Amino acid sequence: MAATTESLVDFDEALEKYDPVLGFEVHVELNTKTKMFSDAPNVFGDEPNTNVTPVCLGLPGVLPVVNKTAVEYSILIGLALNCKIAETCGFARKNYFYPDTPKNFQTSQYEDPIAYDGYLDVELEDGEVFRVEIERAHMEEDAGKLTHMGGSTGRIQGADFSLVDYNRAGVPLVEIVTKPIVGAGKRAPELAKAYVAAVREIVKNLGVSDAKMERGNVRCDANVSLMPKGADKFGTRSETKNVNSLRAVEHAVRFEIERHAGVLEAGQKVVQETRHWHEDTRTTTAGRPKSDADDYRYFPEPDLVPVVTTAEWIEELRARLPEPPAERRKRLKAEWGYSDAEFRDVVNAGLLDAIGETIAAGASAAVARKWWMGEISRLAKNADTDPEGLGVTPATIVELNGLIEAKKINDKIARQVLEFVLAGEGTPAEIVQKRGLAVVNDDSALGAAIEDAMATMPDVVAKIKDGKLQAIGALIGPVMKATRGQADAGRVRELVLEKLGIEG
Amino acid sequence: MSAISREDVAHLARLAHIEMSDAELDKMTGELGVIVDAIASVSEAAGADVPATSHPIPLANVFREDVVGETLTVEQVLQNAPDSEDSRFKVPAILDEE
Amino acid sequence: MTEIIKLSAVELAQKLRAGEVTSVQAVQAHLDRIAAVDGGERGVHAFLHVNAEEALAVAAEVDAIRAAGGAGAEALHPLAGVPIAIKDLIVTVGQPTTAGSKMLEGWMSPYDATVISKIRAAKLPMLGKTNLDEFAMGSSTEHSAYGPTRNPWDLDRIPGGSGGGSAAAVAAFEAPLALGTDTGGSIRQPGAVTGTVGVKPTYGGVSRYGAIAMASSLDQIGPVSRTVLDSAYLHELIGGHDPRDSTSLNEPVPSLVDAARQGLSGDLTGVRVGVIAELQGDGYEAGVQARFNESLEVLRAAGAEIVEVHCPNFKYALGAYYLIMPSEVSSNLAKFDGVRYGKRVIPADGPVTIERVMGATRAAGFGDEVKRRIILGTYALSAGYYDAYYGSAQKVRTLVQRDFDAAFEKADVLVSPTAPTVAFGLGSKTGDPLAMYLNDVATIPANLAGVPGISVPGGLSEGLPVGIQFLAPAREDARLYRVGAALESLLEKGWGGPLISQAPDLASAEKEGVA
Ligand SMILES: [Mg+2]
Ligand SMILES: [Zn+2]
Repeated sequence: MAATTESLVDFDEALEKYDPVLGFEVHVELNTKTKMFSDAPNVFGDEPNTNVTPVCLGLPGVLPVVNKTAVEYSILIGLALNCKIAETCGFARKNYFYPDTPKNFQTSQYEDPIAYDGYLDVELEDGEVFRVEIERAHMEEDAGKLTHMGGSTGRIQGADFSLVDYNRAGVPLVEIVTKPIVGAGKRAPELAKAYVAAVREIVKNLGVSDAKMERGNVRCDANVSLMPKGADKFGTRSETKNVNSLRAVEHAVRFEIERHAGVLEAGQKVVQETRHWHEDTRTTTAGRPKSDADDYRYFPEPDLVPVVTTAEWIEELRARLPEPPAERRKRLKAEWGYSDAEFRDVVNAGLLDAIGETIAAGASAAVARKWWMGEISRLAKNADTDPEGLGVTPATIVELNGLIEAKKINDKIARQVLEFVLAGEGTPAEIVQKRGLAVVNDDSALGAAIEDAMATMPDVVAKIKDGKLQAIGALIGPVMKATRGQADAGRVRELVLEKLGIEG
Repeated sequence: MSAISREDVAHLARLAHIEMSDAELDKMTGELGVIVDAIASVSEAAGADVPATSHPIPLANVFREDVVGETLTVEQVLQNAPDSEDSRFKVPAILDEE
Repeated sequence: MTEIIKLSAVELAQKLRAGEVTSVQAVQAHLDRIAAVDGGERGVHAFLHVNAEEALAVAAEVDAIRAAGGAGAEALHPLAGVPIAIKDLIVTVGQPTTAGSKMLEGWMSPYDATVISKIRAAKLPMLGKTNLDEFAMGSSTEHSAYGPTRNPWDLDRIPGGSGGGSAAAVAAFEAPLALGTDTGGSIRQPGAVTGTVGVKPTYGGVSRYGAIAMASSLDQIGPVSRTVLDSAYLHELIGGHDPRDSTSLNEPVPSLVDAARQGLSGDLTGVRVGVIAELQGDGYEAGVQARFNESLEVLRAAGAEIVEVHCPNFKYALGAYYLIMPSEVSSNLAKFDGVRYGKRVIPADGPVTIERVMGATRAAGFGDEVKRRIILGTYALSAGYYDAYYGSAQKVRTLVQRDFDAAFEKADVLVSPTAPTVAFGLGSKTGDPLAMYLNDVATIPANLAGVPGISVPGGLSEGLPVGIQFLAPAREDARLYRVGAALESLLEKGWGGPLISQAPDLASAEKEGVA
């Protein structure tokens, strides 16, 4: 394996010389009640090895049986991606040894995926639509979960041993593979993010996946290669594994373009290898190079029989398809009354669903947008995650907003309360109560603070009496200070005018 | 004439995760050569127009309804484990990537 | 007590129902027989585990139900209380399952195979687990990690394989019934060389759930017994649809007992029996061929129409089998890696990584034949060889099926010797894998095509049993029972009793020190 240089070429410079070619493999975990080939529960976050049957464990003698709902969900995904659905397709074994894979083969599909030859129209930030061709979408099963113990970093490198939990082993997956994506140019990172967001939106909309990237419901492997401008032969690609947030997808593609350009500019060859994404440094590092150990010896799964789809079955499923995302967006924009710019920002932030759910929970469209695009996005950025990854629920937003509208808290305190909610301190109302954050609109307490302020600033009082009402602002500061920020500014103004006998 | 070399066998043993001594590799290479020679005629028996049969009795669309069944207890899951810790299987360090 | 163990399963069941014998007595008689002939330097060694306590408890339960009479007794399965032995490839709660391998030494399954659930529900006391070639790979039971089983007819000879333990147990009167598994002949060939009956059902006729997979597209569980009728009863018990096995046929089990009873009349008028030209002559011992020819005469005398059929692609069947089977083996046995269950070996020196632990575990846990097949299968599936080997073998499978289809146009059942030779000497072929593989030449085509087959005793050659194999179209297992029972009853008339009664008396042979 040739050493790769880590000197990067600036993104814009790289794009002057090279055309990026992208490719994505997105794994979607289906939210069926049971696993792909076993009737074990498909539940996230349970105690280790509690959702395990003999089949999940690959015990001697066990046999798989296909979950019909998982097949139907896979077909729905294929239809939503404008794919052809195979008239007949089968399962195959992909053979490789790894301790999270109970049988040491993954039951997947090989030559005949359930869905193939589709496309997805991806809308970029400025509204331009880019068509991504879909090669295939196939059914397979997830692996168990490894936890690396000992060593200094908790990472696989340097670990002393690993612990295996097979709860996730056998959870149904649909792997969506694109054809090579050419022509995105400078917009490649943006397209990468938009594509994954669009896939996520589709599967969530279909109701076939919880689509939570932070839980690994949607996982992306991003292939990147560069070819000199004008060339028609693809360069050597790298495959960056498990890029698991929308922001990370964008950054990983950008980084790989800069890195590939660096390698090529240094006169070296890009190594075909897997890369690992590091969220903390926003870089990738080399994984395993492609080798003859990648001989997966696929062959038809003898323990499973083919899936044959009839036209009636497909049509029955097609009838279950929800409104396509583009039409849905058009409808929502009208319903919510957002401006073009506002709506596009929401779409680009991947917050359509979050806002929709928040509105459904009782917030107004404006309030939902304010929170998701404002404070929640800011907190997410600080935490280097997607807004939805923070774990804010629609109920929290509705409750916070209710407290504001009831004048129990003001905006500033509401933002603090949100942080306490995320820190696990309870619901907004509980936190306001526990921490004593309720706005002071008890007039007697406020009155005392106002009188103190007026007493120390007679000049200001005189100005107000002269009709210069904007001078009230100078009183609000000290009142706020005295009430530890919990005064309602509007009420302070009212009380000052009342005390001075002035009609507001 | 055997097409299978000692290096081939060493590679296959790696793929199959079976450690083999030099002596075993030599012996296995000889045996496999004889067996492969004896069965190689299969590759000429059938023309391109003959479909492959992977399942002896053709069936299709054998499905299970999406209904949760019985799971093993953690004790049952781990009862035969060579090593375990914290309700999970314990394995030595994995040097390969994740 | 001697009398009890000599009874067929159906005869024993009748005596149980009549109250002449209790199930506890029957189980105890077989446990005594096992104690007398199975152990020791020159014991049969059919059993890897004896399940005395549980078997006696189940027997006592059956006896109590019978004693109480009424609806409970009425509802008992016809075979309730009749003891059975289980090939140690089939998983059982409460008894270890080893697959004849060091890899699974002491492994206790937390679940029962579907056939075991059925046996428990029907209340057949399980005597224990029988020996086999490691993971069912072999034709002599010499590849068992726990030592070979001996043929009750001649303790220096093999009992066939891989189900030599089940066949020998039945032949040695250690059990009236047993379960086997047949991937390339592992029920029928041991049946042939031990003078017993063995049936490979239509693929999918009996659930494979809980049979440790060797080659999934070929494996089938089936009955082992001393009479055709006994196998019919056991086959009906274990057969039928299982939602846990996707390849299980979702069809009612045909009435096999009726077919066997019909056959026992000895009348085969109008039945067309096809003699497979390719499965005789060259490579078949003269004595085997002679018994086979005599059987054809008996069938003809019973009214059967004997026709010759040609299956030109059968000559490729052995080669196709030795590509498909190891390919599936290489994948099915990947799960034995020292992570979740079974053996784990830490490499003696060098870094301890999971990769090296897996490599060392599989090196120490698997025997030579298993390793040979895993490597062969890995080769057949590997990049660059798949089309020529695995792919071609699957095409040959199609050709073999077409041969069967054509043959069954001309004949209702097909017939051949089950194995080309009688039981060979222990150790005589262990150094030559290819010679060992040739034992299965007549049984393999049925597995490739999924069709059912039976082996029934056809007489002796130089004092050793010869098996006659019948094959029927898929789902027509009943035909095997009719024709098999007919040949059995007609031959027994000539012999003056079952062939097995000519077997040497093991207990007295041991006492006199005669082998
Ligand atoms: Mg992939
Ligand atoms: Zn995948």
